[in-house]
Amino acid sequence: MTAFSAYADYETGEPVVDTKAPSGPVAERWDKRRFEARLVNPANRRKHTVIVVGTGLAGGSAGATLAEQGYHVVQFCYQDSPRRAHSIAAQGGINAAKNYRNDGDSVHRLFYDTVKGGDFRARESNVHRLAQISVEIIDQCVAQGVPFAREYGGLLDTRSFGGVQVSRTFYARGQTGQQLLLGAYQALSRQIAAGNIEMHPRTEMLDLIVVDGRARGIVARDLITGKIDTYFADAVVLASGGYGNVFYLSTNAMNSNATAIWRAHRRGAYFANPCFTQIHPTCIPRTGDHQSKLTLMSESLRNDGRIWVPKAKGDDRPPNRIPEGERDYYLERIYPSFGNLVPRDIASRAAKNVCDEGRGVGPGGQGVYLDFADAIARMGRKAVEAKYGNLFDMYQRITDEDPYEVPMRIYPAVHYTMGGLWVDYDLQTTVPGLFAIGEANFSDHGANRLGASALMQGLADGYFVLPATINDYLARNPHQGEVTLEHPVVQEVLAETQDRLDLLLSVDGDRTPDSFHREVGELMWEFCGMARTDAGLRKALSRIPQIREEFWRRIKVPGTGEEFNQSLEKANRVVDYLELAELMCLDALHRAESCGGHFREESQTPDGEAARRDEEFAYAAAWEFTGTGEAPALHREDLVFEYVHPTQRSYA
Amino acid sequence: MARTVWDSSVGKKTVMAVSGMIMLLYLVVHVIGNLKIFFGAEEFNHYAHWLRVVGEPFMHYGWTLWLVRVALIVAVIAHGVSAYQLSRRDIKARPSKYVHRKPRASYATRTMRWGGIILALFIVWHLLDLTTGTVHSGGFQEGHPYQNVVDTFSTWYGNVIYIVAMLAVGLHVRHGFWSAAQTLGVGSRTRDRALKIFADVLALLLTAGFLAVPVGVMTGVVS
Amino acid sequence: MRLNLRVWRQKNADADGAMSTYEVDGISPDMSFLEMLDTLNEELILRGDDPVAFDHDCREGICGACSLVINGDAHGPERTTTCQLHMRSFRDGDTIDVEPWRAAAFPVVKDLVVDRSAFDRIIQAGGYVTAPTGAAPEAHATPVPKPDADFAFEHAECIGCGACVAACPNGAAMLFTSAKVNHLNVLPQGAPERETRVLDMVAQMDEEGFGGCTLAGECATACPKGIPLVSITGMNKEWLRATRKITKR
Repeated sequence: MTAFSAYADYETGEPVVDTKAPSGPVAERWDKRRFEARLVNPANRRKHTVIVVGTGLAGGSAGATLAEQGYHVVQFCYQDSPRRAHSIAAQGGINAAKNYRNDGDSVHRLFYDTVKGGDFRARESNVHRLAQISVEIIDQCVAQGVPFAREYGGLLDTRSFGGVQVSRTFYARGQTGQQLLLGAYQALSRQIAAGNIEMHPRTEMLDLIVVDGRARGIVARDLITGKIDTYFADAVVLASGGYGNVFYLSTNAMNSNATAIWRAHRRGAYFANPCFTQIHPTCIPRTGDHQSKLTLMSESLRNDGRIWVPKAKGDDRPPNRIPEGERDYYLERIYPSFGNLVPRDIASRAAKNVCDEGRGVGPGGQGVYLDFADAIARMGRKAVEAKYGNLFDMYQRITDEDPYEVPMRIYPAVHYTMGGLWVDYDLQTTVPGLFAIGEANFSDHGANRLGASALMQGLADGYFVLPATINDYLARNPHQGEVTLEHPVVQEVLAETQDRLDLLLSVDGDRTPDSFHREVGELMWEFCGMARTDAGLRKALSRIPQIREEFWRRIKVPGTGEEFNQSLEKANRVVDYLELAELMCLDALHRAESCGGHFREESQTPDGEAARRDEEFAYAAAWEFTGTGEAPALHREDLVFEYVHPTQRSYA
Repeated sequence: MARTVWDSSVGKKTVMAVSGMIMLLYLVVHVIGNLKIFFGAEEFNHYAHWLRVVGEPFMHYGWTLWLVRVALIVAVIAHGVSAYQLSRRDIKARPSKYVHRKPRASYATRTMRWGGIILALFIVWHLLDLTTGTVHSGGFQEGHPYQNVVDTFSTWYGNVIYIVAMLAVGLHVRHGFWSAAQTLGVGSRTRDRALKIFADVLALLLTAGFLAVPVGVMTGVVS
Repeated sequence: MRLNLRVWRQKNADADGAMSTYEVDGISPDMSFLEMLDTLNEELILRGDDPVAFDHDCREGICGACSLVINGDAHGPERTTTCQLHMRSFRDGDTIDVEPWRAAAFPVVKDLVVDRSAFDRIIQAGGYVTAPTGAAPEAHATPVPKPDADFAFEHAECIGCGACVAACPNGAAMLFTSAKVNHLNVLPQGAPERETRVLDMVAQMDEEGFGGCTLAGECATACPKGIPLVSITGMNKEWLRATRKITKR
């Protein structure tokens, strides 16, 4: 197979530079940028159309805010309602540097924690802006009627989250994402009713239209009628979320997909740090091959639960029969000072290691115990119930085991992708007029995201950053030629899309879209999951083109394109996973260091911890597409740390 | 305001609740009056007469009774028309049934609809029987309600119609009273149990009170 | 496990539908109901048949997409969403009837998929607080008593799945609408639009062709998030209050 070596032989192009980032003191940069950005006269705004793809926290808040400002917004989601975007499943909370606890929190501390938590692979300018805006987000959401948890005095309650020493996480029980999303959805609904947003639910973006070097529209398919249509605009905003579903099994929604960002990438948008994926340590393990997705259990369980596996390999006694002396509380043993509360990436890797040693528990040995016996003995069952009751119920519903009697079994699972489309300080991609916000971009979390920061970033981008920066683009490009259906570029993109779907329908092979998705997912989990090696990644890189070739030979999609056809939707998403997976592996291969969620076995400290190599890899890797299966070009964006100086993380 | 209320499904339910309450209040008065039959013909007939002279000399003979009758007619029409229109809307809102049927699914709804129809028919018969005497068995005597009642309950069909109707009243009041409380917004999580118990007791007392009369006639206590 | 499935099949909104019978084998009790349907669909695809269309997304009980009536119960025999229902709730050899939500306001799109956009329009009619981005006062400027905040949260939990409508013998959307009215009307932030919100949302609900409430209580029994029946009482109260107040103005 020559394909893989060709792919791995990538070229290095010109460095990519964030031309929009202002200089000067970090705390003043956002103000400076906002002042320097040009504005669009309110009367002229309604003449501009902005397309927003996705209605999650980022897309929903951006659509509502742009419409409030007077722009004509055309918005899309594949779900039957904008309220169902997967932001709704976020449990824990949202960070904000309010310092309501008077516990020493500040914008600077949130900035510091986030840069450090991201293992020094994020931009200081962006992260500082995020920390500044965090404060306004809470105000905005409260004004919308988001029912955050409150104390008896009527003021907002906060709790602590992993990786920080202050209490700055605002929450609404275990459903913070749902409540924030409904706030954005309601703001969006108000604008839809006012006629400022043209909403297209059950419509999926399939390609980007770039005319004269600028993003001018999208091609989208009505999922009910199957009709493929074009939509034109002065700017396009992608808020389509992350690409964790490349792994088949993840905590993402079943239909979350990478098509919007991947098609944009193929049209010229650089893809940054694709290998940075977050594996969450506390998910309910899979029960068998039928498993379709994984469910997260809140990180808060690690406050009182103790994680262990048997000391002996292949010990299949029931957990209650394994005496104390034959148990290995490995996190407490390896990391005595942080114990069970080490950061997500560390906890996940440790679980993988003990399972690889053959000491895993449950079906297939893919699990570790999270034991509350001590907590129940110490606090009493009532107290444990009050604190974690709803999580225990959820666990029992899924596994049919009573966690008050038997320890829970947990295992890490793909949860979030820090990588995404490369954007500048204005959140604009390398295609002028194309913006990416929320999890779809790469900007703020570096190589590892802290808990309760995803909601913060999505809403910061959508409510505050994009609505300020998109003005500048539209003001500088006020008179763009009209694009029509007859434009040769539009016809070409339409034809390509139609051909792709027609081809999927015509192969009439003997394998289902899911079977290919599962195959590539398992490959990625094995070689590009929690621990990665040069050899493994090369193996995956040689295997992916083979799967792709087999896919186009053996795929079977029943029905037609002119109807509601979920198999066709799925198959088309798998097409993109099969290309994106390759880029993820290449990025993981080229980054021969360990940092955050990216652990290269070749790059570890003597005691097995991740070893960063700042002198070689202190950059964001932005990849340029050159053709399917062809080596992409790497553009480095050097990261400069003026305020938070890189150090080696240690939790022992 | 009247327009808003009548045009809205919630408003129409309010009309039903208020008219239902008016009728319920009337029923309470009615049952108390009925029980006077156990104190003999004289007292019962006197009571019936009093109903016509109440309010004199301010009111002319029979005026008060007619005022009450008008109010009741308005309540019955409002209740019936809104029930009809709401039922039409409800049936239209669920055009196709589930193949897998669950009998319990529409218990309360069905009881109310069929109960309402039974009661409407009963009222017609009841008025023709004991107010106008049109369909009365035996010789209807104006001003002698005691004898008229005894005559009615001396026939098997008079008893059957009346007993069925009174059971329907009980069921209707039972769900209707609680339901009206919800519609008028007086129900709450803490008050729900009390409301339900009150509705049960009220329905039971009304039914028992009304049924006492035919039972009395049948057993010969009233003759 | 081996199961007989009787599934509603309907090509599109205009076509007639009917129940079709399928047999699935090798079902694990640990599977979710939707994973069982995945298994059936994989077989159907390989046979060249049209797989059964159904809505689903998060599969962890929060997005509200899944919407199946199983043996006559919205979301099946357990009080949860269809995606969190597991096959251990059934027995080997069972015959299971699977149907779409039934209501005039929720027309069938295909097989088990229905159009719930009527819910979106009810929210658009007034299920929001007018708070344009940037106009918000400091979050602690208005304290909210904890009981009110908790009350708001309990109603805000609604996932908009539509089980209440599917279970209601009248196809009524009262529980859905009341959940949002109660959530926003109890909060000080929702107070300025308190009257118009409830009047407009109820009017839209009627406009969409949902039935009225006969307090049968089926909605609250089916609700996977436990929104109580008394929520409807609360909305009725708000509606009456708003009608009085608006008339006075």
